[in-house]
Amino acid sequence: MDQKIEIKDLDLFYGSFQALKAVSMPVYDRQITALIGPSGCGKSTLLRCLNRMNDLISEVRITGRALLDGVNIYDRSTDVEGLRKRVGMVFQRPNPFPLPIYENVVYGLRVAGENDKKTLDQTAEKSLKAAWLWDQLKDKLHQPAISLPLDQQQRLCLARLLAVEPEVILMDEPCSSLDPIATAKVEELMLELKKDYTIVIVTHNMQQAARVSDFSGYMLLGEMIEFGETKTLFTNPSQKLTEDYITGRFG
Amino acid sequence: MEQRHFDRELLELKEKLLLMAAKVEQLIKQSVEALIKKDAALAQSLFALDKEVDKLEIDIEEDAIALIARHQPAAGDLRFLIGAIKINNDLERISDHGVNIAQSAIRLAAQPDLKPLIDIPRMAEFSIGMLKDSLDSFVNNDPDKARAVCRSDDKVDDLKDQIFRELLTYMMEKQDSIGRAMDLILVSRNLERVADLSTNISEEEIYISEAKIVKHNVQKGK
Repeated sequence: MDQKIEIKDLDLFYGSFQALKAVSMPVYDRQITALIGPSGCGKSTLLRCLNRMNDLISEVRITGRALLDGVNIYDRSTDVEGLRKRVGMVFQRPNPFPLPIYENVVYGLRVAGENDKKTLDQTAEKSLKAAWLWDQLKDKLHQPAISLPLDQQQRLCLARLLAVEPEVILMDEPCSSLDPIATAKVEELMLELKKDYTIVIVTHNMQQAARVSDFSGYMLLGEMIEFGETKTLFTNPSQKLTEDYITGRFG
Repeated sequence: MEQRHFDRELLELKEKLLLMAAKVEQLIKQSVEALIKKDAALAQSLFALDKEVDKLEIDIEEDAIALIARHQPAAGDLRFLIGAIKINNDLERISDHGVNIAQSAIRLAAQPDLKPLIDIPRMAEFSIGMLKDSLDSFVNNDPDKARAVCRSDDKVDDLKDQIFRELLTYMMEKQDSIGRAMDLILVSRNLERVADLSTNISEEEIYISEAKIVKHNVQKGK
């Protein structure tokens, strides 16, 4: 299996606080990798490292490497905007722009200077279809996005991401504001999307990690305690700390 | 941290399984005792015990399924529940073999002895010993003891073959011995199955403790 991303000895400091401690792990191509662990363990911080979202926070210092297709994304020469196009992110709360549905989806293309209506229409349709929204939304593309129910908003954010054709999709607790039915839809969608995309998901919901991911990493206090196939991690973890967490005996 | 509700429920399930194991062990022991002492009444009394075992089997299965559905267990808890379901099944089968032995004991009690029983009590001692050790290995999470049980299965198989050969000579000699000899062969066959199922219980203990699948001479897992 090819490694899409390889994280090597990554340290991250918020000022004097070390949030990530020598984290190493692979992210395999077209697989779903889940990061699990208690609040504050560093899993969201690690996720944000993968498209340099932490650059936006002052006083962050990072050492170590994160290689995307073999190239360190922390090289000075990295085009951060280009990186974020290749490695997109879906957040905990759906964050559609206060624009019509259609404009939300084609936003990234417009920012990149694309104005050809046919291209934009085709992209909107393709992206909404990929996010399983086309049939429901094709007749109301010009309604405001924020009028949609939460799960459709979340999938719209995903469609907006897919429109710029990323290679990796980062998801930070993408279902935490969704009910179980909407969650199941997003999970099904993830399993569909992994045919074409590499997905990394941070989740508090261990069953979700067990259900959808191929690989899982368990983090605690900024360290990667155990990384491996989800199947193995949830039936026979090698570390007692992992076993305690996934069986609910943590603490 | 205080003991969680889930842990208490797992413990309760294990206790029920041990209660069932004690009944099954008693049933097998007494079925052999009834055979040796030609005690048809004792043999007869075991059918009620088997019914209790059947009831417990259903009870344990329902509890285990409910725990899986409600708690989505992982790792050691998951392996324990899967193992418990299988051991539950094995114990119920062992109980049925005890009933079969009791039925042979009832038939044989009404007839003169074919021969003094020597190998069958030895075989029974071995099979019951394996059952006891396999259950101990499960109770004490002792995979080494479980492995020792798996290794001793061949001995019981040898005894069964020996008993078969001997009884064959009786049957060839005297036609009227065939019914009694067949019953004794059936008893040895039932005891051999008790040993096999005890081996299964031991394999399940190894899976629960070490996540290794050891059966059919195949070992999977790390």
